[in-house]
Amino acid sequence: MRTLLKNAKLPTGEQVDILIDGRRIAQVAPSISESADRTIDLNSAYVLPGLVDLHTHLREPGREDAETVASGSRAAVKGGYTAVSAMANTHPVADTAGVVEQVFRLGQEAGLCDVFPIGAVTEGLNGEKLAELGAMAESVARVRIFSDDGKCVHDPLVMRRALEYVKSFNGIIAQHAQEPRLTEDAQMNEGSVSSVLGLTGWPAIAEEAIIARDLLLAEHVQSRLHICHLTTAGGVELVRWAKSRGVQVTAEVTPHHLLLTDESVRSYDPVFKVNPPLRSERDVLALRAGLADGTIDVVATDHAPHPTEDKECEWQSAAFGMLGLETALSVVVTTMVKTGMMTWSQLAERMSISPARIAGYSEHGQEIAEGSIANLTVVDPDITYTVDRSNGESKSRNNPFHGQELHGMVTHVLFAGKLVLDNGVVNARVND
Amino acid sequence: MNAHLLSVNDLSAAEAIAILNTAEELGKISDGPMKKLPTLRGRTIVNLFFEDSTRTRISFETAAKRLSADVINFSAKGSSVSKGESLKDTAQTLQAIGADAVVIRHSASGAAQRLADSGWISAAVINAGDGTHEHPTQALLDALTIRQHFPSEFGDLTGLNVAIVGDILHSRVARSNVLLLTKLGAKVTLVAPPTLLPVGIETWPVSYSFNLDLILPQMDVVMMLRVQQERMSNFFFPTAREYSKSYGLTNARLASLKSSAIVMHPGPMNRGLEISSESADAQNSVVLEQVANGVLIRMAVLYTLLGGVPLQGGAETKL
Repeated sequence: MRTLLKNAKLPTGEQVDILIDGRRIAQVAPSISESADRTIDLNSAYVLPGLVDLHTHLREPGREDAETVASGSRAAVKGGYTAVSAMANTHPVADTAGVVEQVFRLGQEAGLCDVFPIGAVTEGLNGEKLAELGAMAESVARVRIFSDDGKCVHDPLVMRRALEYVKSFNGIIAQHAQEPRLTEDAQMNEGSVSSVLGLTGWPAIAEEAIIARDLLLAEHVQSRLHICHLTTAGGVELVRWAKSRGVQVTAEVTPHHLLLTDESVRSYDPVFKVNPPLRSERDVLALRAGLADGTIDVVATDHAPHPTEDKECEWQSAAFGMLGLETALSVVVTTMVKTGMMTWSQLAERMSISPARIAGYSEHGQEIAEGSIANLTVVDPDITYTVDRSNGESKSRNNPFHGQELHGMVTHVLFAGKLVLDNGVVNARVND
Repeated sequence: MNAHLLSVNDLSAAEAIAILNTAEELGKISDGPMKKLPTLRGRTIVNLFFEDSTRTRISFETAAKRLSADVINFSAKGSSVSKGESLKDTAQTLQAIGADAVVIRHSASGAAQRLADSGWISAAVINAGDGTHEHPTQALLDALTIRQHFPSEFGDLTGLNVAIVGDILHSRVARSNVLLLTKLGAKVTLVAPPTLLPVGIETWPVSYSFNLDLILPQMDVVMMLRVQQERMSNFFFPTAREYSKSYGLTNARLASLKSSAIVMHPGPMNRGLEISSESADAQNSVVLEQVANGVLIRMAVLYTLLGGVPLQGGAETKL
C-alpha cells in the first residue's frame, strides 16, 4: 500500500509532499509525482508526527460499559493519537504481567493505534507493597511507565523505593500528586467558589506538597519522575525550580486544565467533576505559560470515560473524570496556538515528540522524514466547530467541552502507514 | 421571580421583601378564626426528604396544608432511596405522580439545583436545605423575625448589626443568611474559630472576627449556629468545653448584649455548648418566633411560586 499526501504543511511551515510505502515514509519532497494507491490532497493542512498520550483510561478489563480498549482506540484515532498509555486502575488492577499483557493484546487486536499499558506501582493501588514492576517490564507489554493514578503513592518510603527500583530497566514513576489527608471527601478546588457552593475543597497545596516531596526524592535517588496532570500555579513553579537544579522531572497538563476553571462547577453539573479538580483562572494562565516555556513537557488527556448513571446524579455522588482524547488537539490549538503562545512545532513537541521520548515509544514522535515509521496526524487548522457530545467515538458521553467552539480538527491519521482515520471517519477495517 | 427557590440568589431584594410582606399578611389570617386558605386546593406538594429533619418537614407540611394543598411526604429512609434509587428516578416518579412542587432536603450540596436543572421534572423546586450550601427559607424566616423586632420604613434591614456565630464553614443557614441579610442592608459579622471560616471569606460581603466578646456589645442580632459533635474528630476545635468558652453564648455574654438585642438559633439547640440554657430561654431569645415565622414564610413561598401575586395588604378581601 502506497499513500501520497500532497500539499502537506510540516510543523515548521514547510510545504511538502509525503509518500508512504508500507509502514514507512518513503519520500518527503517539495513535489512528488509518483503513483500511489491513494493520493490525498491536504490543501496545506498540517501533518504532525502521530500524537502520543501518556495518560489514558481505557477501563478494560472491568468497566467495559464505560470504555473498551477497542472503543478507546477509536476515540484515540479520532483525536489524532497513534499511541496511548492505558492507565493501571482497571478491575483487576494492572499490577501483574498477566493483566498488562492482556491490555497490550487487546490493543493489538483493535489495531488502530498502539496501546501501551502502564503498570501499577503498588499491588492493588493500595500504596503499601510494590507490584511486580520487573515482571511487567519484562513482559510482552514491555511496561516502562508505572503509576497508581487515581491514587497517590503517598508513603514516602514506598515512593522512594519505586523511584530507585525502576532505574534498572529505565522505568519512570508517574505520580498522581494528592496528599490524602488534606483531600478527604474533597469535591472541587478549594477557593472562593467552593466556599460559596458548600462543596468540600481540594486545596492546591495538597498537590504541591507531594510534588515538592517527590522532586526532592527524585533528586536524592537520581531517578526519573513524571508528574501527572499538573494543575496549580505553585506546581508549575516547583517543577521549574527542580528543572533548574537538574532534577530528572517531566510533567504533563491536561487539555481541560488548560481551558476550564472551577467557575464551571457553579452549575453543579458533574460533567465538570474531575480529579485533580478544575482550578482558578490564575492557575490556568500559569499552566499555559508553563506549557509554552517547556516547564510542562507534555499534554496528556487523562481521558476518563464514565457511564451516564455515574454522572447523572448529585455532584458528591458522581464519579471523577472527563473525556479528552477526541478534543485534546483542538483544545491545545484553541488555547495555545491560536493565542500565539505556541507554534505548531512546539505543539508537535508537547503532544508527540516529548511524550514518545519520555515513555520510550521508539516508533512514535519520529521526525517526518524518509525512513521514519509513518505515524502521522493531519490537522486542518482552519476548521472551527462546536463540540457535540453525541458525536463521540468513546462509549461514554461525559464530555465537558460540549457546546464549546474549538479550532483545528484532525482529519486523517496514518498508523504505521495504515490510513486509520480518513476524512474524519475511523476506518476500522483498514488493512495493509 | 424564578419558577424555583434554590438559592437566595434567585431573589432580588424587592422579591425577598415581597415574600416577607406576603408572610405577614398570611400571618394576620392565621391569627383569625379560619386558619386555612383555599389558595392551593387541588395542588400536590411533595416533601422529598433525603435527610432527616422533622422540624423543617412539619413546617413545610403545615404551610402547605394551611393553603389547602395535598401533601405527600417522601422520606428517603425506608423508601426505595435507601436501596439505591437515584435522584433521577425519584424525580421522574414524582413527575409521573403529578407533583406541582417538590420541597427537597438533601445532604448533597447542589442537589436542589440538580433537580431543577436536570429536565427530569417540571415541578417547582424549593430548596429546604442542600448539604452545606443553602437553606433559603430559613434565611427568609430569620429576616422576617428580625424585621418584626426592628421595623423600618422600607421593610428592609438597613443599618442593623447582625452577628452569625459558629460553624460557618459547614452551615447552609449561614450561607443563605449572609446573602439575604446583606441584600436587605444589614451589616453582617461572622464569628468563628479560623478553622470554621470558609477559605476566601475576604471576598464575602461581611466582616469577620475570632473574638466574640469584642463584637457582641455592638450587635442588634446575635444568631448562634448549631455545632455538630463530629467536628471535634476532625480537629476543627480541641474540645466542646473550649469551644463553649470561646464561642458559646454564655450567661456573661448574654449580659453584655444591648437591651434591644435579640438572640436567634435555627435549632435544634445544643444547650450548654453553643448556647447556655439561660440564653436560650431569655426574654430576648426569639427562637420560638423563628419557628412560627417558618410556617408563614413557607406559606408565602408556596403561595408565590404556585399561587399568584405577592400580598400587599388587605389580604382577606383579595383572597
